[in-house]
Amino acid sequence: MTAVLPARPQRPEGGRLIDQFEYGLDAPICLTWELTYACNLACVHCLSSSGRRDPRELTTAEAEGVIDELQRMQVFYVNVGGGEPTVRPDFWHLLDYAIGHDVGVKFSTNGIKLDRTRAQQLARTDYVDVQISLDGATAEVNDRVRGTGSFATATRALENLAEAGMEDFKVSVVVTRENVSQLDDFKALTDRYGAQLRITRFRPSGRGADVWDQLHPTQAQQRELYAWLLANGDDVLTGDSFFHLSALGESLPGLNLCGAGRVVCLIDPVGDVYACPFAIHENFLAGNVRDGGGFQRVWQSSELFADLRSPQTGGACTKCAHFDACRGGCMAAKFFTGLPLDGPDPECVQGYGETALAARDLGLGTPKSHVDHSHTGPVRGQPTLLGMPAIPVKACDESPLAGLPLR
Amino acid sequence: MTAPAPVFDPALPWQKASSVALRPEPFGALVYSFANRKLSFLKSKLLVAVVTSLADHPSAEAALVACGVPEAQHGAYVKALADLARSQMITPRESA
Repeated sequence: MTAVLPARPQRPEGGRLIDQFEYGLDAPICLTWELTYACNLACVHCLSSSGRRDPRELTTAEAEGVIDELQRMQVFYVNVGGGEPTVRPDFWHLLDYAIGHDVGVKFSTNGIKLDRTRAQQLARTDYVDVQISLDGATAEVNDRVRGTGSFATATRALENLAEAGMEDFKVSVVVTRENVSQLDDFKALTDRYGAQLRITRFRPSGRGADVWDQLHPTQAQQRELYAWLLANGDDVLTGDSFFHLSALGESLPGLNLCGAGRVVCLIDPVGDVYACPFAIHENFLAGNVRDGGGFQRVWQSSELFADLRSPQTGGACTKCAHFDACRGGCMAAKFFTGLPLDGPDPECVQGYGETALAARDLGLGTPKSHVDHSHTGPVRGQPTLLGMPAIPVKACDESPLAGLPLR
Repeated sequence: MTAPAPVFDPALPWQKASSVALRPEPFGALVYSFANRKLSFLKSKLLVAVVTSLADHPSAEAALVACGVPEAQHGAYVKALADLARSQMITPRESA
């Protein structure tokens, strides 16, 4: 007897775009590229557990090679992040190189390198978008998760961009339990700089898993957020990340579908290609751009991506009346909270997520990523959410003999 | 500021804007404008054929006929082209 592999479902002719997207595209619409794991901050919810530079990081020549390939594949723009991408010494070179090769760049930064000169340079450059990360509309709320002084750094960068006459720059906010009540304040702050507000969903990825229970919005807050998005959605960017809320009623604007491996993916600093920026885990690792055939081969031929490119047909969610609205929610959110991928999202607005979370076998634990570049020592202005002391007492801080075992 | 998008008239000559790139996809194509950075989709291969051949015909209507778009679907194709004109993916041509 020879085993017969189940045939993958065939792409339908015509029909809705969302149904076509489920079967994947020949190249991503927009991919995320994290240039470095190095970061000056140590945000408690970092999706990529960044901090220290990885010595295997792609070289300048290799990064240029990736850009050449993206140009050939007609990937018209990339979301660049990290880590803090601007701490790479060749960041500005790679930015110009990408733009010169018809690959537009939208980069996220905490603002550390955006002084007046850089802001003026960016204002003069076409085809570049800047997003300044801010997770509180006040220093108090922001610095608790991003670190002391990070609000000041970000707002200084915003001032520099505004002063340089930069257009369409963004303030990028991850919505948490602590800042969801500040949405109007974020909007006002953003308007003040002539910028645009972008809010995205907090996922339990990277170090985010460690603080998810503490920081993810409550069910009541999710309803508040949904109402706010319906009222303000036209003026606010969301990266289509809140599609799980669509199960509350009216669909939110944008693509209400998990795009992992279908229309989006992640290239990490060492060239590993994951299904999505929130899925840095070996289960979602499709290949590496350094392998023969490069990125194109990974995108078009990896088994993992082929598996992700079919509609979900089984599992608890397909029987739910709201399945067409939320499509089961976020793959990464389910995975890193230890839930099955064909079941409800942990933040399912119909309440099925909470039931599923309560039914987990906690003895099994939740999946942990094999990739962690978190700082190992103290960081200047460390976030205080976890109640850690900013700077641990060193043996010689007070007296040369303090704390030493002298007996 | 960019000029407002012209109103689409299928009796006039049109062409794909020079700053617009088409990326073939299994269902049709992805359309990207380097000028206004808008992204759009052509949901059938026939529509891709129409958009790429606009420049060869005296009017958008003539392009539909030449590409063999069934008469009954002309309305839907005119609407799709009007959407593309609104986002400046296609632009009026000076002469036929």
